[in-house]
Amino acid sequence: MSITYLEAIREAQAKALAEDPRVYIYGQDVGRFGGAFKATKNLAEEYPGRVIDAPISEDAMIGTAIGAAIEGMRPIVEMQFADFSSIAFNQIINQAATHYWRTGVPCPFVVRLPSGGNEGSGPFHSQCMESLYSHYPGLVVLTPATVEDAYTMLLEALTIDDPVIYCEHKFLYYHLKADGLPNSSLPIGKARVARAGVHATLVTYSAMLHESLRAARELEQEGWDIEVVDLRSARPIDTDTILASVARTGRLLCVGESFPWGGLTAEVVARICAEGFHLLDAPPLRLNAKDTPIPYHPNLWRSHRPTSSSISATLRKLLRA
Amino acid sequence: MATRTAEAAAQDRTPVGGGNQEEGTPIPFQERYLKAYRSSILARQLEEKLASLYRAGKIVGGVYMGRGQESFSASLASCLDRERHDIFGPLIRDMAGRLAFGEPLLDAPRTYFGSAEGPMHGRDGNVHRGRPREGMPAMISHLGSMISVVCGMLLARKFRGQAGAVGASCIGDGGTSTGACHEALNLAGVEKLPLVLAVANNHYAYSTPCSRQYACGDLVERAAGYGFTGHSVDGTDLAACLEVFDRAVGAARAGEGPQMVVGSLLRLSGHGEHDDSSYITQEDRDAPYGRDCLRVARAQLLEKGWASESELERWDHEITDEVDAAIATAQKESGPDPLKESWHALATERLNEGFYDE
Repeated sequence: MSITYLEAIREAQAKALAEDPRVYIYGQDVGRFGGAFKATKNLAEEYPGRVIDAPISEDAMIGTAIGAAIEGMRPIVEMQFADFSSIAFNQIINQAATHYWRTGVPCPFVVRLPSGGNEGSGPFHSQCMESLYSHYPGLVVLTPATVEDAYTMLLEALTIDDPVIYCEHKFLYYHLKADGLPNSSLPIGKARVARAGVHATLVTYSAMLHESLRAARELEQEGWDIEVVDLRSARPIDTDTILASVARTGRLLCVGESFPWGGLTAEVVARICAEGFHLLDAPPLRLNAKDTPIPYHPNLWRSHRPTSSSISATLRKLLRA
Repeated sequence: MATRTAEAAAQDRTPVGGGNQEEGTPIPFQERYLKAYRSSILARQLEEKLASLYRAGKIVGGVYMGRGQESFSASLASCLDRERHDIFGPLIRDMAGRLAFGEPLLDAPRTYFGSAEGPMHGRDGNVHRGRPREGMPAMISHLGSMISVVCGMLLARKFRGQAGAVGASCIGDGGTSTGACHEALNLAGVEKLPLVLAVANNHYAYSTPCSRQYACGDLVERAAGYGFTGHSVDGTDLAACLEVFDRAVGAARAGEGPQMVVGSLLRLSGHGEHDDSSYITQEDRDAPYGRDCLRVARAQLLEKGWASESELERWDHEITDEVDAAIATAQKESGPDPLKESWHALATERLNEGFYDE
């Protein structure tokens, strides 16, 4: 049986609803319609009263999740697009992220952010928000890149006593398939070496993992053996796994789909420079999306985000250095 | 009213207001009135003491007073019932309501002093305090954003089948202009939640008068637009406030959907104690809503024959002793120790990244 990344997310939610009476889903069109991307298909019928259509009120959707969470529920909030979570930014960073620190009372819920672009999605339906949310103390930020991780990390997210920003990538929804769903996985907070190599370490996450693996295969033809590390979670960052890899390779490239100013790739490079400067044989590099809003036309869009060819080009530069 | 020490008050988890009597047995109006009045006097005296400590440089940040709003706030909380899992979501000027709902008297001074013993352990201060597990969410500064939190607490009760619980959330005229307020009220209407929104129209948001805050004739007109039942009340009249909140809380409890109560009153202080409020006009001060609600309540008590002049005076003295004891206790307590602080923001210890951990 083959299962897609999107179906894995649906299945994880079905399992959580079946096994945990504290779980409910709140979001626009998630009820009978099954969600804009069908991530909650049939769940409203299977779990009556627990998969609920919300008004177009992202702030209030998160506010209610906070209230329900401190009362012991485990809400899942689906943002229709990650981009719209900006409306709920205040509730997420000021209310949810500060709650445990201020009061000692945990505030556990999961916000699902359908992230990243597709051709034609434009500036407001394509954003990657992981760098932004990772900046704030009090949040856990997940960026699953595989069908297996989409499933196990969502289930594990619902056991964590903190607010979790779950960045699921729309580009992977239908493209990515696996043979089945795993029963276990690496715990949240651990990165995974997705491909072993010796000449350079390529740290990445989410949809960029697949562009990076393609780039590594391309460079293999040229005699280079690239190690690819899938971060899995943006916060926390598994610095130890990256350091161990850089110790083997001496070179680092970090690739992310969010904007280039600051953010997750900068944080990774800063940590490796601070803690592993002596391991480096060349200055570490970063590759991000371009420094403009996300474009509409496919020609522009394909150049805006990192792709296997721009990653390959950057890797060659890193290996020549 | 018996004299109670601050410690006794701090340990007191039973509601001052509301009722712990058998369901369906309403608390007599007189009893409820006296509780609301007592909470109001307690709040007034406590805040005056905190204000003088602020002016003396003993409290950092700021002190925010509920002066002029005590009757409105305390009467709402006095109509709630913690035995029925009711929720009270206070805002900046709800010291009286907090005390009426059952917030221990020590919570406020401990939070203002930043005592390590307080509910916020010095990590947050002044009005940003709460007991989320006891039906009192801890407000953040961003106005309007607590209403949906109360909605979520009500949703949780609905999921758990705790029928009959009511959630109250407090806001002012300024807070009603926020998008968060609009979203939360619309959501409460859609979900038909037993929410009571208390709008204390104190005529100023910091220095901004109502004419620069909203363009409708009266904020209560908004109730219909959200599917709420609207109520208006003279916020300086304790008896009237109790009657209206009793009706609103009863209607919400009976499943009649969300309620909005707009009280007309005046902020008889600055926005905070740093503000001399010189912008408040004489016209406002002379208006009916500019009356001091505690003077109104004292006159009502004497007129109804529920207290004599000497009893009122005795209550004042008893409360002064209680407040002095609470302040003295909190002031003696240590602040948090930065060297013992974990500096970890996540409840899930293994996921804390440990920046600058030794």
